[in-house]
Amino acid sequence: MSAETAEVEVVEKKSEPLFSKKNKKLLTNPLDIDNPITVQILGVCSALAVTTQMKPAFVMSLGLTIVTASSNVVISFMRNSIPSRIRIIVQLAVVSLWVILVDQILKAYVYDVSKQLSVFVGLIITNCIVMGRLEAFAMGNKPWPSFLDGIGNGLGYGLILMMVAFVRELFGAGSVFGFKVFDAIGVHYTGNGLLLLPAGACILVGIVIWVQRTLNGHRESH
Amino acid sequence: MENLINIGIRSVFIDNMIFAYFLGMCSFLAISKKVKTAIGLGVAVIFVIGITVPINWLIQNYVLVPGALAWLGDDFKNIDLGFLQFIVFISVIAAITQLTEMAVEKFSPALYGTLGIFLPLIAVNCSVLGAALFMVGRPYNLAEATVFGIGSGTGWMLAIVALAGVREKMKYSNVPAPLRGLGITFILVGLMSLGFLSFLGFSI
Repeated sequence: MSAETAEVEVVEKKSEPLFSKKNKKLLTNPLDIDNPITVQILGVCSALAVTTQMKPAFVMSLGLTIVTASSNVVISFMRNSIPSRIRIIVQLAVVSLWVILVDQILKAYVYDVSKQLSVFVGLIITNCIVMGRLEAFAMGNKPWPSFLDGIGNGLGYGLILMMVAFVRELFGAGSVFGFKVFDAIGVHYTGNGLLLLPAGACILVGIVIWVQRTLNGHRESH
Repeated sequence: MENLINIGIRSVFIDNMIFAYFLGMCSFLAISKKVKTAIGLGVAVIFVIGITVPINWLIQNYVLVPGALAWLGDDFKNIDLGFLQFIVFISVIAAITQLTEMAVEKFSPALYGTLGIFLPLIAVNCSVLGAALFMVGRPYNLAEATVFGIGSGTGWMLAIVALAGVREKMKYSNVPAPLRGLGITFILVGLMSLGFLSFLGFSI
């Protein structure tokens, strides 16, 4: 979480319809020009670590979206009664409550994926996307926009995760969602081990950022 | 003793928090523009991980694991508080970070001036919680857990200082405009991570 996220973006809302233009923006901006991973630099750790296969990446994005959206709503309801000195601890407590729920559900229904994700489900607590959005958005906005902001950022995170996981799994292991693509079309393919290494993920994310910024014209001085 | 040294070396070089597990990447990428601030943050991280891992080890083994509460009497033998793990660990980390901040502010105002804004951010640094969770997954005793904690912190500091050094030099190179900043930093981290692979299998 960078220090800049401390400024609160405030969205004015005067009895507007549920999906007004502004609210739609909250949902679509994080997919591209305000993407949590490639622009805000939030939640990078897990994005690199869980993307060797598509299935865990998918479950992880789902879990993160649920946690971000629901803790955004809870914090947004409580925002006027949280003393600012202890707000980080309050936020952590709310987030860990949701993470514990997600973790228990994963253990109950998709045990093998839960084993694969190992510590990374727990690490959603310190995932900067969750904390960053709580600090930057939910502390200053009403529940409904906060909910949309959480969903939007979760989807933006999921989008990058699925792209990276797709390339890594397809060219690293020759499969998509565990389905052996190359074997099915009768081509012999030897997996590229580099893509399965942590280094491969880093370089791949770098390339995703490069392509995205070439397309949308976002530039960064040194 | 040899065992402890091995765990230390492993956690600094082979299981490096950044290059092998990508933990604590957010502050790693955000605060690695200058070597000086990188060193300050690195020291603070070593300190916090080095303290929280042993404390969390004690809590895990004497409170949280099934049957750990047996020292309170026979009635408590069957209690399993494992599901509280995340919330207890993160509370310990947040509290220790807060305490560290207060202690540093009181006893060493100069150091506080340098570290000031980074200290509270350590509570949400994934590498601290990550180290605690890894510690649970491995059969360490208290001494080993302490060495593991300090080693992980040192590895993290090594990584951030190295990256900051490279990024300082990078100002003078001609990087394609869309790749500037974050993009090239990611590729750089990838290459450094490949370099760290050469430590694989290294032990005493």
